[in-house]
Amino acid sequence: MEDKFQVIDHYLMIRLPEEIDHHSSRDISRRADHLILDENVNHVVFDFSDTKFMDSSGIGVLAGRYRKISCFGGKVYVVHADNHIRKILKMSGLMNLVEIME
Amino acid sequence: MEPVYESGSRLPCSRKRGKMENEVKLELLAIPENEGFARVAVAAFITPLNPTMEEISDVKTAVSEAVTNAVIHAYDEAGGMITIRCSLEGDLLHIEIEDRGKGIENVKRAMEPLFTTRPDLERSGMGFAFMEAFMDSLEVESVPGQGTCVIMEKKLGNLPWVKCAGTVCSWAGSEE
Repeated sequence: MEDKFQVIDHYLMIRLPEEIDHHSSRDISRRADHLILDENVNHVVFDFSDTKFMDSSGIGVLAGRYRKISCFGGKVYVVHADNHIRKILKMSGLMNLVEIME
Repeated sequence: MEPVYESGSRLPCSRKRGKMENEVKLELLAIPENEGFARVAVAAFITPLNPTMEEISDVKTAVSEAVTNAVIHAYDEAGGMITIRCSLEGDLLHIEIEDRGKGIENVKRAMEPLFTTRPDLERSGMGFAFMEAFMDSLEVESVPGQGTCVIMEKKLGNLPWVKCAGTVCSWAGSEE
């Protein structure tokens, strides 16, 4: 799990797990917040390459991190999100807050 | 479609249903570890209907939302039992997810997008909205102090699992 979180040049890169639900999201948020505080993170990149499932708990993870860094001008990026994940981001209104990239 | 919400005196999931082609009932402890089990079990139940990947994702998300609600809200993460009943009637999937937790005081408000009673847990308040969006129909029946029942339906795939003419049955997907 440790190497799924990397801080490179003030960017926190998170390679998300296969399944993002209430169970797995608590750990992701906790680890991310720990690094945001300790490692001088400005921006967060969520990498969905491995992710095959996400429910509304994932919205909480993204929105929560967005709240933490946006007040300091930080941005949240989403990469490699499949159609289902895009649909969920769209429905929750997160599309307008995060930057979706290929 | 307009969701149906009821707060009445009768117990959740009390309605009678006709005979189904297939039916399963799962009972599981309301703990986060079982959320994955619940959605994968329901996904396995519908595979005979040849659902598309999108339909599988939709059903899994809806089940995950309902089960997570029971874990977090109905039982306040203290455990309890969740009953999931799935049945098939042709290509129609019917799912009931029932708990005996604290119930919902105001179902209409609970179903509003972005409404949550647990912002402290980073809940987005999108649970019911997703169930409504990903399924064809959603009904929520809740009795405060007694429990909640979430009833969802969705039409799946285009073909039945097997085609039967008289006594002879064949794999429906094999002819194409």
